[in-house]
Amino acid sequence: MTERMSERKSARMTTSMTTSMTAPLNQRVSGVNDFAFKMATVNGTGSASANSLLMQAIFRMGIPVTGKNIFPSNIQGLPTVYEIRVSKDGYTGRPQHMDLVVALNSSTYAKDVASVRPGGCLLYDSSWPLEPELVREGITILGIPFGRMCVDAFQGDRNRTLLRNIVYAGALAALLDIDMDIVGQMLLEKFAKKPKLLDANKTAIRLGYDYAKTHLHCPLPFHAQRMDATRDSIIIDGNTAAALGAVFAGATVGAWYPITPSTSLMEAFKEFCEQYRVDPETGLARYCIIQAEDELAAAGITIGAGWAGARAFTNTSGPGISLMQEFIGLAYYTEIPAVFYDVQRTGPATGMPTRTQQSDLMSLAYASHGDTKHIILFPCDPADCFQASVTAFDLAERFQTPVFVASDLDIGMNDWMCKRLQWDDSYRPDRGKVLNAEQLAGVKKFSRYLDVDGDGIAARSLPGVHPNGAYFVRGSGHDKHGAYTEESDAYREVVDRLARKFATAATVVPAPEFHRQPDAHVAIVSLGSCHAAVLESVDRLRDQGIIADYMRIRAFPFCESVKAFIASHSAVFVVEQNRDAQLRSMLSIETGLPRDSMIAVLDYGGMPLTANVVVSAVAHHLTQVPA
Amino acid sequence: MTSIAKPPVRHPGLQRNALGYTVRDYEGAMSTLCAGCGHDSVTAALVQSFWELALPPHRAAKMSGIGCSSKTTAYFMKQSHGFNSVHGRMPSVTTGANAANRDLTYIGISGDGDSLSIGLGQLSHAIRRNVRMLYVIENNGVYGLTKGQFSASADVGSTSKRGEANQQPPIDPVLLALTLGATFVARGFSGDKAQLVPILKAGLSHNGLALVDVISPCVTFNDHEGSTKSYKFTREHDVEISAADFVPLRHEITAQDSDEEMSVVTMHDGSTVRFRKVHDGYDPTSRESAYAHVRACQQRHEVATGLLFIDEGGKDLHALAGTVATPLVDLPYEQLCPGNAALQTLMNEFR
Repeated sequence: MTERMSERKSARMTTSMTTSMTAPLNQRVSGVNDFAFKMATVNGTGSASANSLLMQAIFRMGIPVTGKNIFPSNIQGLPTVYEIRVSKDGYTGRPQHMDLVVALNSSTYAKDVASVRPGGCLLYDSSWPLEPELVREGITILGIPFGRMCVDAFQGDRNRTLLRNIVYAGALAALLDIDMDIVGQMLLEKFAKKPKLLDANKTAIRLGYDYAKTHLHCPLPFHAQRMDATRDSIIIDGNTAAALGAVFAGATVGAWYPITPSTSLMEAFKEFCEQYRVDPETGLARYCIIQAEDELAAAGITIGAGWAGARAFTNTSGPGISLMQEFIGLAYYTEIPAVFYDVQRTGPATGMPTRTQQSDLMSLAYASHGDTKHIILFPCDPADCFQASVTAFDLAERFQTPVFVASDLDIGMNDWMCKRLQWDDSYRPDRGKVLNAEQLAGVKKFSRYLDVDGDGIAARSLPGVHPNGAYFVRGSGHDKHGAYTEESDAYREVVDRLARKFATAATVVPAPEFHRQPDAHVAIVSLGSCHAAVLESVDRLRDQGIIADYMRIRAFPFCESVKAFIASHSAVFVVEQNRDAQLRSMLSIETGLPRDSMIAVLDYGGMPLTANVVVSAVAHHLTQVPA
Repeated sequence: MTSIAKPPVRHPGLQRNALGYTVRDYEGAMSTLCAGCGHDSVTAALVQSFWELALPPHRAAKMSGIGCSSKTTAYFMKQSHGFNSVHGRMPSVTTGANAANRDLTYIGISGDGDSLSIGLGQLSHAIRRNVRMLYVIENNGVYGLTKGQFSASADVGSTSKRGEANQQPPIDPVLLALTLGATFVARGFSGDKAQLVPILKAGLSHNGLALVDVISPCVTFNDHEGSTKSYKFTREHDVEISAADFVPLRHEITAQDSDEEMSVVTMHDGSTVRFRKVHDGYDPTSRESAYAHVRACQQRHEVATGLLFIDEGGKDLHALAGTVATPLVDLPYEQLCPGNAALQTLMNEFR
């Protein structure tokens, strides 16, 4: 297929088609600082800390690295996988092929063995005989008796189970040439206050390291080597970064109902508030977090607080968004600011709570009954979540409306390498048009919904500020003064202004990010967590002679340049993680461009996107459709 | 919710309160409810209470959901902010508003449909959080705006206008609130303003959620023979098991203090509630005693009214959350943002 395509491409492409392709399509060549490995374990056995130890150690060696935690919706006993990608080029998308698989869960042996790339390695626990399932031609099978070593070295079942993870981390450090000084330092930091645990962990890491050094050929052909490419970077997950953004934006009220994968957002908010938002004199909180009885109440609390003048938010996932619909419409129609974080997971219904998807796009854009449209931000990684948080609160207050931050499980819960977060101390919240006591004193009769400036945004008053500012918020039909109405014209005047307000928002929300190349002949449109994989696919497509312009959508409503970009390319691929091509539908609805003029590239199995999906889809399409 | 402004006629001789307002200043738009509706009497009692307490109208927020009862927030205190939210969700909106601005007086008006059916969960959890608010349930046992379906407070055997008897057991908000740990529980009757006003005033001074269930007959759909929420039935079966007077802080307590039949509860703001003894052995500070008496009345087909339970020692939402005394909306941004120096220190932990 590769050859066929090169032929066809070279026929219609000009100068750039000179690269000879030695590796087959989608086959990445691994090497120093360019490889991926994964640990297949049982959840609840403590492997997470060993996995992050390895990832962080590689990061501290100055090598770009990302981790993907593929975990079950369960607390203990089910298969869980942690994938680590090491990429000297800084690619952070999910890897397609595993150079090394650590198979420590017998119930997933067959799957784990199959996931090793041809020529790659499998590491298993040789305390027991090699299961026939683990035998495979064309890969290297390495055995280390982790279980037996732990039985010999440590006391107690729990200790042995937990420390087995550290033993395999030690073995991997040897096999992958991970700096043991750094690993030692990290253990020291982690167990500074627990000398007993420190000793046990040091012993465990050494056990694995020494065994591998003595019995196996170390390092493997693909391994780590010090670089200097992570100096300005951090490792952080999106929920933590989003929560930090809410703290910096000045959010004071957070209401929520626990739901995977958004729970850690409020937990992080709480942690940061305990650190930064406690009155030093009284020890009292400058924030209020309310765990609601359900998502309906969480939305109501957020809207009530927003009405009273606080920066308030709720964090949830798809099922919560479904429950919040009525309140979302209320906030839209009564024009109350509120920020909703939707950390999307795989739907519909309960779906797969620990798998990722971008399948809430349309239900966010047009949430609630009646004519409604909402501002949505689409952060692409944790650093972007931090920024999007702040932007969301500004937009919510400026436009007096619900604003959604559409993150997903991949961004929210996985460890991403990002640039260090920075804060501009000159930032002040955009509170929008809020009349203060002095301004209200000069108002004869306050009308809540007057469009004085022609931008569709009316001035609001906050309760308790001044007698002249008092008005009656109603979800029922109201006229521009805020009074109840059942008159067609008076009703229409308000909803038409809301449409104008939305049009204004399109000129203010974050514009798309463009990645253009000279002589591009195809275009890719995508958003959110797909970004990392799409960026990588653009490079890999170029290696094959396919030159793509790429537009990352950052917000809804779409600004003018979104339409212009799509219209100016003949082949436009819309890459998204849902079955029904929701982004493509929204692009068509909002720009008027025909839906079929865009080619849908869909990946909705619940795993983070890999560049391969995009490369294959684009290349395949171009072979099918003559240019 | 239609609203018709009342003509601004002022009687020059009307008495003024400490703020210089007459009782008319606490009124709102003209009621659009049916003539004789119990809710209008509750509105009148609320107006009287606000005026007597000299509540600054713009520092009060009127909160409601959907239904006949929820419409009434338009009919009092037109100078206050009002929020007519969605059906059954007034408690959460009020919770959020209270979290953001603890200094306002929150007046939630709800009904038996709004609070005991669609909003039962929200009512329960607002009670558990002890959100500082007056929570009035205008209870008529029937859905008025949709023309006469039974509500969750309809008694077994109570008949609809068409003669159909309700078979499902009722939810009694008073018993429910007592069970959930409410710190102020009362029941009144729209037809007894003299009893209701002191209860409402005490509720407004309460440091937590003050639940006031008011039997408020629906003249159109539930005031017939066979209804247990009619004017006639309530008058005949009303048993005042606790009679309370409310004394605001600024009023001096006079000779009545010496009355041996009185027991006094001091509110957190220094106001007092004085209970006159009307029922043997009734102790309004004992949850168990309150529960037992209300249950006993219920079994005798009596409607127990009065300020039934009060606990001024309970923690409200803010005490439970440990928030600062300043309303969160009044905190300057400088006190909320940690700044870049702190961020950079924090970033070192992510390496």
